[in-house]
Formats: sequence, C-alpha cells, structure tokens
Amino acid sequence: MNKEEIYDVIIVGGGAAGLTAGIYSSRAKLSTLILNEGAIGGQMVLTEEIANYPGVERTNGYLLANTMKKQAKEYGCRIKSNLKISRYELEGELKHIILEDGREFSSRSVILSPGGRPRPLEIPGEERFKGSGISYCATCDGEFFTDKEVIVVGGGNSALEEAVALTTHTSKVTIVHQFDHFQAFRHAVEQAQANEKIEFIMESELRSFSGNGVLQEVSMEHLPTGKISKRKIDGVFIFAGYIPNTADLKGIVRLNERNEILVDSDMKTSLSGVFAAGDCIQKKYRQVTTAVSDGTIASLSAAEYLRS
Amino acid sequence: MLHTDLHEIETAAELEKMIAENENVMVCCGRMGPMCIPVYGVMEELEEECENVKFAVMAFDSPEAGIIRNDEACRGFMGLPFTMYYKNGKVARATSSIQNMQQVKTILDEHFCTAEVNA
Repeated sequence: MNKEEIYDVIIVGGGAAGLTAGIYSSRAKLSTLILNEGAIGGQMVLTEEIANYPGVERTNGYLLANTMKKQAKEYGCRIKSNLKISRYELEGELKHIILEDGREFSSRSVILSPGGRPRPLEIPGEERFKGSGISYCATCDGEFFTDKEVIVVGGGNSALEEAVALTTHTSKVTIVHQFDHFQAFRHAVEQAQANEKIEFIMESELRSFSGNGVLQEVSMEHLPTGKISKRKIDGVFIFAGYIPNTADLKGIVRLNERNEILVDSDMKTSLSGVFAAGDCIQKKYRQVTTAVSDGTIASLSAAEYLRS
Repeated sequence: MLHTDLHEIETAAELEKMIAENENVMVCCGRMGPMCIPVYGVMEELEEECENVKFAVMAFDSPEAGIIRNDEACRGFMGLPFTMYYKNGKVARATSSIQNMQQVKTILDEHFCTAEVNA
C-alpha cells in the first residue's frame, strides 16, 4: 500500500459541493485533497445551460465547473479524479481512504460529497443497447431519432421537458410512467399534454429491451393488471431520477431509507470529523446553488472542527 | 471547438496522418455535452499514464468529422460521443455513448496492451 502525506481535509467528490469545499478549505490554508471517482464537475457538467446562478450570466455547467476547479487549484487544492475508492476508515481521529489500486490517503477530517447519478432501470438489455437505441440525454442524442418513434421513461420535470424537446426530432414520443400521476411541475405536465406528438402510458414499467444490433422492441408491464405487452420502438430515453452515490458508505455514516447521508445544519454526519454536502445528503432541493451552500458550510465546519 | 486539454483534430487528413504515424490512437468525437465531457475527462487522466497511446478529440459537428461519423464501425450508433480506437492504422474498436474509466481502460488493455506497457 502506498501512503501519501496526511491532509487536513479530504473531500470525496468533485461536483459543485466538493469543489466549493475545496476552494474554501484550501483558501483557509488547510491542506486539501479532492478525490473524485468520475469527471470533475459531477451533475453540474450534465447541465446544458445555467441561467440562474447568481452573479454569473448565462453559462453552461462545464464552464462553471472548470472555473471552480481552477479556483480550487489556484489556492493549492490537489485534485485526483477518475479513480475508484475501495474502502473508508473514518472512525478514528485520523481518517483513511483506500483506493482500488492500493493507494491510501489520510486526513484529520473528511467531507463526503460523492453526489448522485441517473437512476438506471437495471433491466435486461439496458447496457447492451446503450448508445444503440438507449439514451440518457435528449439534447445529445435526439437528432439520431429524427422521424422515429421513441419512449421516454419517467414522470419528473426532466422526463416531461425532454419529451417535449424530443418532439422537434421524432415522429412520436410515448411517455411511460410507473404512477397514475406525474411528479413534474404543473407547467411541464401541461406543456407535454398539449403536444400532439406525445402519448402517455401510465402505471406501467419497462421490463426488457431487445433487438438485433440496435434496439427494436421493449416489453412493458401494466402494473395494476400485471399484463405484459411488447412494443416496437426505435429508441428509449431514460429519466428515472437520481440515486445518491453512497453505496460504499452504508454502515459507516448514518443514511436514511433512500441512502442519503443524514447531516445536521452544520453538515456534520454521525461520525466525528466527517461532514457531508451536496446531492448525497438528505434534503428537499438539489440545485448548483444549494450544493455550493452545503460545500461552504461543510468546509467551515471542518475548519472549526480542526481548530478545536 | 471543444474546450478540453486534449489535442483537437481539425481535419480528416490530420486524423489519417495521426493514425498512420502512431500505433495506438484513441479519438473521441463529440460535443461539449453531458455524455461526452466525462469521456474527455477519462482521456485527460489516461493521457498522463498511457504513453503508448495518442489521445485526441474531434468536433462531431465539423464536416471533417464525417470520416468518423460515416465509418462502417459506427453503423447503428445513436449516442454521442463516438469513440474510436485505432491500431496500426485500422479501427480496432468503436463505442457509442458515455463510457467510464473502467470501460475505457478495459478496451485500452485489450487492444493496446496498456496494462503491460505501463506495468
């Protein structure tokens, strides 16, 4: 195992919350390391346009994330990304995070901000047809389905807004949703209902994908009756919500029934010296601005913890 | 233009030259979108450790990128980015849509033997 220096703060995750915590911690002269499993920016880089971030006129998530990364680095924050954490040892005064490749990083405090990821359906054929009929981004892949029929899975704002956006390319969009009502805001539902190209199938879930090289057919279950039907289709766009990246933290810090980390108003978790911020914590609203706020508070709390 | 730290190929001729002059080449053809950016991030990380592979990006909407968009290996692709792996001037593998570090590494190890070279 390769041990490196001991940091004041290790931040797990490089999204809006983690980068903000990195900026605040390194600017406070705390030796700071961000360990990030994916690409820097988290869910923020998945946002095509950000128009409501105070003080910044219209921008996109990638540019905002890169600016935050640059700010953190300028204050001395070290960033390591695209790695895989295999184990956490967070109980003692000195915390340890061990990577799959054997490297071990230690610190006196930890801020957990691993974020979340789009929820996959986890049904047969999903991985096989990813990029060959299954997509998670209408803006990216909508044009590949010009004059074709697609299904949109989900009932939240993303699903309904993306369904409407897809009608500019496709001949028909069918929204498949598991409940008898939508979770999306009223204006999004009304916009979708007013669109003649959109059909709705409620109280139903997809069960499998099939095709010869590319996606050609789905099977679907009508939940109240259990009846399975098959449907020819050219593409499926999945917007089934997000899940927190906290699977490896089970049994280490307290989570709620949705596997979100429980924190107090200072972003303290159930473990001393361990804080959490961003989309991984239990909260109602998930915005870049709320993640930035969480990251700020977590960093200041960690600094106070280190002083004490 | 793609805002990444990777070399951006601007013409089909430049791509042809690159794959002719380098044994192992990985090119990600996409946009600055949510499915593409994570792949660029993976490539930026790998570029530092895989010296036997030439990494580059190409803008999907450039007419010059037709050399990738119309490649036989990309037939049926319906998700950005289109990622190409060239070995000795020929397409060794092509993938569609987002890929994570492990998926990219698996392909590099299989076709370019990067695990052995970097061991």
